[in-house]
Amino acid sequence: MSLTPVAETGAATTVAPVTDRRRARRRAAWRRRRFVLLLMSPWIIGFSVFFGYPLVFTAYLSFTHYDLLSPPRWIGIANYQYLFHQDPQVWGAVKNTLWIIAIAVPLQVLSAFGIALMVARARRGIGMFRTVFYLPALAPPVAATLGFVYLLNPATGPVNVVLRHLGLNGPLWFQSPGWSKPSLVLLGIWGVGNVMIIFLAAILDVPKHLYESAELDGAGPLQQLRWVTIPTISPVILFSIVIGVIAGLQYFTQAYVAADIASGQASQAGDQTVNNYGYPEGSTLFYPVLLYEQGFRHFNMGYASALAMLLLGVAFAVTLFIIVNSRKWVHYATPEG
Amino acid sequence: MKRVAIGLALTLVLCAAAAGAVAKTNALAGTSSAKATTLTVWVGWSQRELKEFKKITSEYDAKHSDVNIKVVGGINDDKIIAAIRSGKGPDVVSSFTSANVGNYCSSGGWIDLSPLMKKDHVSANLFPKTSQYYTQYKGKRCALPFLADVYGLYYNKTLFRKAGIKSPPKTISELTKDAKKLTQRKGGTIKVAGYDPFFGQYSGNAPDMTTYAPLYGAKWTDSGGNSALSKDPQWSKFLRWEKGLVDWYGYDNLVRFKGGLADEFSSSNGFEIGKLAMMMDGEWRVAFIHAEHPNLNYGTAPMPVDDAHPELYGAGYVNGTIIGIPKGVKHKDQAWALVKYLTTNSHPLAKFSNGIRNVPTTKASLNSHEIKPDAHFKTFLKIFANPHSATSPITAVGNAYGTLVQAFAVKWQAGHVKTLSDGLKKLDKDIDNQLKQAGKGVP
Repeated sequence: MSLTPVAETGAATTVAPVTDRRRARRRAAWRRRRFVLLLMSPWIIGFSVFFGYPLVFTAYLSFTHYDLLSPPRWIGIANYQYLFHQDPQVWGAVKNTLWIIAIAVPLQVLSAFGIALMVARARRGIGMFRTVFYLPALAPPVAATLGFVYLLNPATGPVNVVLRHLGLNGPLWFQSPGWSKPSLVLLGIWGVGNVMIIFLAAILDVPKHLYESAELDGAGPLQQLRWVTIPTISPVILFSIVIGVIAGLQYFTQAYVAADIASGQASQAGDQTVNNYGYPEGSTLFYPVLLYEQGFRHFNMGYASALAMLLLGVAFAVTLFIIVNSRKWVHYATPEG
Repeated sequence: MKRVAIGLALTLVLCAAAAGAVAKTNALAGTSSAKATTLTVWVGWSQRELKEFKKITSEYDAKHSDVNIKVVGGINDDKIIAAIRSGKGPDVVSSFTSANVGNYCSSGGWIDLSPLMKKDHVSANLFPKTSQYYTQYKGKRCALPFLADVYGLYYNKTLFRKAGIKSPPKTISELTKDAKKLTQRKGGTIKVAGYDPFFGQYSGNAPDMTTYAPLYGAKWTDSGGNSALSKDPQWSKFLRWEKGLVDWYGYDNLVRFKGGLADEFSSSNGFEIGKLAMMMDGEWRVAFIHAEHPNLNYGTAPMPVDDAHPELYGAGYVNGTIIGIPKGVKHKDQAWALVKYLTTNSHPLAKFSNGIRNVPTTKASLNSHEIKPDAHFKTFLKIFANPHSATSPITAVGNAYGTLVQAFAVKWQAGHVKTLSDGLKKLDKDIDNQLKQAGKGVP
């Protein structure tokens, strides 16, 4: 007779429940994970199909010659070499895009903030002011651009007609490489209604007791703005800047339409023989316009994909830079307030 | 009981009759669909022009019981490419952008028509050389021409008479002299421009310079196939003339004048309302003037040419609609039969030409008795047939080079190019690099 089997049996009886419990826990955990995955599946599928797959495929296409009709042909880094060393348009497009981001984004944020401040302080007709300043944001970009090209027509546009009556020779606006981008900035400022509404909501949301405390401490209106309003709404300012920069990196419709109309060669339906991109003198050739031109007008999709990958990298880097730096000046409210 | 039986019997008879009728209808439909193949044809024309196109396809339909043609208008190259990619393309396809023939032929997106032409003994020599050129790429013919656009000079006879000018200019120096004579200013403002050379002033002055090349005999490429804008002195000669006339008007004055002119395709077109005494434009303007300003006293002539090359007089810029068969076509033989009929038979060419006043594209159809006589339009038939007439270069990347050329030309006329020769050299290099990047090179 030996005790070993008993000991073994005892050990087995001790180990078995532990293993079972582990298994049960694992099964429960796996069930939970499956449930979470099931709940997330619409997003996962949407993200994979509409973002993940196109991103990976665009990255692949950027290393190919692809004319949309014949199969992509692997050409290594040739597209990137052309992009960085030979393309005569790309650096002009980069400069124009950086210009619109550096000038238009701060001006739009400042304008939206300024209008929101004024509207928030208005005592009468608040609803009317909100509507009036928000309304331009509802105009479709193409219609708004057509309107501005008409308003700023150097010969017959109402703006130059008024200037002429005042004895001034108005600028050539969209017809001049020096004035075309400022004209687009004016168009952008006119349509800041969306950002203005966000700022207005944030300003109205600033706790009143903060202003009362500041007032008791002797702070005037400017100091209240500097030390109460701006810090409190700083997350909204950050949001506006990030959204503005991303919109700047994707700036397309207004530039495309303005160039087409101002050039005087707006093509007829179906006629794709006209090359107006960037008119005049490449001053409105923004990076997305160049990308569109290469991919969808010249059917040079491999190269357009390389341009898109660079844009993705730059957009990511710029957004990261802004967010990392924002830690110094953006204040998030704690749960305690 | 008897009534019920009669009712049942009647119901049965009616059901049987109905079933028989349905069966017969289905059988007839089956016979009909088995016989007639539906051919889908995509074209860029819309509205009035589309109706004219449908008239000629209806005639074909009536003569061919085996096909039923379905025409879809308002098509552009984006849609064509998307359809070919999806494998659901039409049977016959046409494009206004002949410059894209390089892409269609080299990629196989449009099938090679040569074997079909050979089988049916259709020779490319039916068409003038210019049209032969813009329907192939590197010898691969994947398209045929289907009406052409031809550019010439329109001049206002009333303004000519007032200025004491008896005939349209034949050389560039005559054009310049007449332009200055015809120009009317009030202060610094231009009221009537004798001839507006400004790049971007309507499609006759396309900034990619294509419309002027045949007038100077300027060559786009050298014998090695490289861009020759700096090597062929005719380009510099043309650009200096253009800038000289722009400066005579004053750059800012011309920009403001251009801004004040109505849209090219509106009834207030600058030439039609007498603000432009002369203008380079396509043959379609004849139809526009006829419809919008029938009392306008005007004439048409070939564009003036370089003084040093009078032999070029009579030539002009030619471009046109191309038609072909996309890959993956379901009814290739019927599609080819239709393409052959539309592009080589003088009757549909003449009829469609009369309808939309574009130039018919075979040598024979130019002299067809069916072409409605019109002195203004006749000028363009002659320009089309002129051996010196020319079109844009066909490349693997369509008219991508045109984007670079127009950026340079617009800069040049604004006075922002320091040295013309250096600028053109850089432009050549950029175009060569661009075509090299496309992986296929210049024609």
